[in-house]
Amino acid sequence: MSARRSSSRAFLRSAGSVFLKDWRSELRTRYAVSALLMFVVTTISIILFSLGSEGASPDALSGMLWVVVFFAAMSGLSRTFVMEEERGTTLTLQLLASPGAVFFGKLLFNLVLVTGLNAVTVVLYAAFINGFVIRTMSIFAVTVILGSMGFAAAATVIAAIIARANTKGTLYPVLSFPIVLPLLLSVIEATRKASEGAFFGEAAGEFQLLISYTVVVVVASAMLFEFIWKD
Amino acid sequence: MNGRIQIAGEGLRKEYNRRSVFRDVSFSASSGETLLITGRNGSGKSTLVKIICGVLTPGGGTFTLTPGPHDGPRDRRGLIGLVSPYLQMFEEFSAVENLAIAMGIRGLPFDPARADALLERVAIFPRRHDPVRTYSSGMKQRVKYAFALMHSPPVLVLDEPMSNLDGEGIAIVRTVMADQRRGGILVVATNDLSDIDTYERRVDLNERA
Repeated sequence: MSARRSSSRAFLRSAGSVFLKDWRSELRTRYAVSALLMFVVTTISIILFSLGSEGASPDALSGMLWVVVFFAAMSGLSRTFVMEEERGTTLTLQLLASPGAVFFGKLLFNLVLVTGLNAVTVVLYAAFINGFVIRTMSIFAVTVILGSMGFAAAATVIAAIIARANTKGTLYPVLSFPIVLPLLLSVIEATRKASEGAFFGEAAGEFQLLISYTVVVVVASAMLFEFIWKD
Repeated sequence: MNGRIQIAGEGLRKEYNRRSVFRDVSFSASSGETLLITGRNGSGKSTLVKIICGVLTPGGGTFTLTPGPHDGPRDRRGLIGLVSPYLQMFEEFSAVENLAIAMGIRGLPFDPARADALLERVAIFPRRHDPVRTYSSGMKQRVKYAFALMHSPPVLVLDEPMSNLDGEGIAIVRTVMADQRRGGILVVATNDLSDIDTYERRVDLNERA
């Protein structure tokens, strides 16, 4: 019992250290944050210029918000594994930590990154896009939180897969799209309900789907990660 | 060190894209013994090193490290230290930070005094707070030795141990190797056969292609 507890503690310390290493590395290099922020600003500017003074329907605006989030996430979240591969430190991590500790450390890092990204995107989007109004803030807040968790879970495992490929940049969004499609449809629908002023309970179906999606992706990724990570 | 320990490979083989790198490789070594892995370029020395370190799965055969991964609180990663040209440090961090990061990720407590002693031993101490990316290739190779020794591994695996090192660096490595021979297992993969008679066990991969 105590050996198991000590082993769990070592696992948590190991996963936490992987997260801290990536976090401190990001603070020094700002590779992912720069890529994400530039993408968000550029995309929102393009939407702003495209719409001009004309508005768009709440449905279209809800969809466009998540288009920005999806492509911004695809441009930055792969860095966590791609950087290790490019710098040749994949072997170093393989020597130091169990695949599970690496996966959960990287997942935590991507979760923090995508949550920050979504917060910035939502604020900029709401500030600059005319007609984007959220009437039920509770639905929107839960959608952003659950959506961030789902994105981070899917993005982490896909990043680990494409990090070994030669065509990393193009492969990432292509491989991600079918995997995050159920997530995208749910967050778009929940955001539409939030902008229409629906009651909180009316979005319960979307929330259940988002939670189930995140749990399934995290569990499946944790089980398969060793085969992706090794060899 | 950590009590008696043994490594053994039995009928190991590896293929890449159906091309055989080596086959039927067997060896063993116990505490206090040294194992030399030789072979021409492309014969699979580094591949065999990675299999021993547990980062590559063999195509067939078995590799065992006794006590095994679940016989104690430390798993196989905690029992092996590796130095090789293809092992890279986290270059945005300093040498000391690299050692602290490594211990944290291993799930072990970091001892700053031991880190300082090791960096002193590999003659990196004056530059220990500079980012590793500012080091020369020889200095990076020295940091790898501190990195490999930080958790006092009973098995030390060196792939081309002298690469990028100057005379002083080579002398340091020779003392590291001599210390490891006393209580642990030393595995060396190299084409430099100048000290071939000092190894108790040998694997020649030229005979296993």
